[in-house]
Amino acid sequence: MLGVWMVYPAVYTIIRSFFGQTGFIGTWVGIDNYKTLFTTHTLLTAIKNNAIWVAVVPAFVTALGLIFAVLTERVRWAVVFKTFVFLPMAISAFATGVTWRIMYQQDPSVGAINALSKTVAGVFSPAGVLSSASPSTPSLQATSSGAMVLKTATHPGGIVLLGLTGIAPDQVPKSATQAVAPAAKPGDVVGTVWRDFKPGGGKAGVVEKQELGLPGVTVQLKDASGKTVQSTKSKPDGTFDFAKIPQGTYNAAIGAQTFAKPFGGFSWLGSKLITPSLLIAYIWIWAGFSMVVIGAGLAAMPRDVLEAARTDGATELQVFRRVTVPLLAPVLSVVFVTMIINVLKVFDIVFALAPESTQANANVIALAMYRTAFQGGQNFGVGSAIAVFLFLLVIPVLALNIRRFKRDV
Amino acid sequence: MAAAAPAIEIVPDPRDTTAAKILRAVAKTPLNIFLIVIGALWLVPTIGLFITSILPASALAGKGWWQVFSKPSLATWSNYDALFHNHGLITALKTTAYIAVGNTLLVVVLGAMAGYAFAWLEFPGRDWAFIGVIALLVVPLQMALIPMFRVYDKLHLYDTWYGIALFHVAFGLPFAIFLLRNFFVGLPKDILESARIDGASEIKIFLRLILPLGLPAIASLAIFQFLWTWNDLLVALTFGQNTTPITVWIAGQLREFGTSIDIIAPASFISLVVPLAVFFAFQRYFVQGLLAGSVK
Repeated sequence: MLGVWMVYPAVYTIIRSFFGQTGFIGTWVGIDNYKTLFTTHTLLTAIKNNAIWVAVVPAFVTALGLIFAVLTERVRWAVVFKTFVFLPMAISAFATGVTWRIMYQQDPSVGAINALSKTVAGVFSPAGVLSSASPSTPSLQATSSGAMVLKTATHPGGIVLLGLTGIAPDQVPKSATQAVAPAAKPGDVVGTVWRDFKPGGGKAGVVEKQELGLPGVTVQLKDASGKTVQSTKSKPDGTFDFAKIPQGTYNAAIGAQTFAKPFGGFSWLGSKLITPSLLIAYIWIWAGFSMVVIGAGLAAMPRDVLEAARTDGATELQVFRRVTVPLLAPVLSVVFVTMIINVLKVFDIVFALAPESTQANANVIALAMYRTAFQGGQNFGVGSAIAVFLFLLVIPVLALNIRRFKRDV
Repeated sequence: MAAAAPAIEIVPDPRDTTAAKILRAVAKTPLNIFLIVIGALWLVPTIGLFITSILPASALAGKGWWQVFSKPSLATWSNYDALFHNHGLITALKTTAYIAVGNTLLVVVLGAMAGYAFAWLEFPGRDWAFIGVIALLVVPLQMALIPMFRVYDKLHLYDTWYGIALFHVAFGLPFAIFLLRNFFVGLPKDILESARIDGASEIKIFLRLILPLGLPAIASLAIFQFLWTWNDLLVALTFGQNTTPITVWIAGQLREFGTSIDIIAPASFISLVVPLAVFFAFQRYFVQGLLAGSVK
């Protein structure tokens, strides 16, 4: 039975990897399939991504497991904590994929992670007071950076009028009062930023009765080269004053932060973030495994050595670094090596978590093999070559683990 | 394999007054808070899946699952009701059960017999055969997908639950033999010798002695193999088309993730209830199997 299902296929796959695309054996193509493997963009992405997985996951999983195992030794409810962290291990990688896809939804009102990110983002870069505003006259123009610049140049002693529309009544800051047209001051550039709209419409570009000033708006004065020479905030009536401006030609502008859009959520499942997203979900699964294995190693550790070190006056951190970690080294390396193997063969979670549109960006070797051989192209030649490549990658690591396992038993 | 924790003797501490206890508890507060946060972090995604599964699709359009905390009345079992009348899901669950139970039984029986033979019977080429089994441990199953795709077609095993189960048996056996042989070798030799002298047949020894003594290892193996195949996606995806276990059935709905969420979420939750139950019922064996499974 092992002969039929394993020996024959393994030999066949190795041979098959030197033949063409279709048929039982196809035509001899030599090492062309391997050339394809290392030159095709999508397959190279898979290899590159898998390299990232190998570089990140084993280290994180081992470190987290070690930290959790050591810390839980000090609390009474360790069993509860361990059960929580270990739970994902029992769940299939596939169901985990579905679970995290729900967590990663982009709309902050649907995806929990973006909802959290939005709360945090709200603290550090709040949405602008006037995120939906637009200029009331064509001379005020939006720039690519999100700021709005008044194209009509001004000089010291000049007046700039920055009218905005498209602001819903409930968006106008509470402290706003009737807008006031500024009076010119020699040596200063003065102006008003206001809601250039009143019930019935009003005249664009003119400060009128019932039109409100916009307080707290960041206004900037830029010189001919576009450099900001002065920046200030508007008063409740919308007026502002750039004091003591040297002779020259200037443009007034409203800072980009005024118009900052509310946080729209990170695209966790998009082409750029998909691999980090997968890594997080995968580490979430395997941290429990690492914690339990390392915990078992910790429990078997001679207590008197630790006690002796403490009696000698070592701090907890020193005990951890100088005694615990070196003594645990064999267990840590078992976890590390096991994770390398798991990560090399990772498939289910990528298949389940990455939407079809970004699967090519999230590609890993095992998924590339499946996609090449059984989806779309049905290219058994290249598919076999990928399988052999994976086999070659796994052998040395697995051999190491088996040897260790035999020694332990 | 890591040994079990040695029993630690608890010596009453003379400083164990109430005040000392409170002081220690206060000193540990940051650690406790840290661990509570981490524990919650680990639990939230699963809770999120469960809550999503009990919300109607209309409530999930444009809103997150946590709305249930402000509006608990939204929760409903109607998604599950609908699913249990869904012919496709019921069939998929049955298929999963057939595959997982069938292949686990075969792996355990064949693995135990072969493990016994490798451990305690003398036959020519035994050691070489065992080395061969170990060598097979390193073959990733991706190596067999393409050739077996053809073979299954010829043997009419393609798209059958037993075809998928047999594939799992083949890839489960080397590990099973390896694990059980190593466990059986460690059993006390004199018990076996005296049984043989008493004239017990090999079959009797196997059934009466080896199986009961080897139970811990066999249980770990069975649980591990069961979960591994219950959760499998790749093999079933490759060798099934209409015969699909639950994972593949859900995968078929993923294309419409947003609109089918009221099917995907509860179905995923159903698929993980069985592993969770197994996990809680046999936690000890599960962990052991996992420790041993590190070589796979």
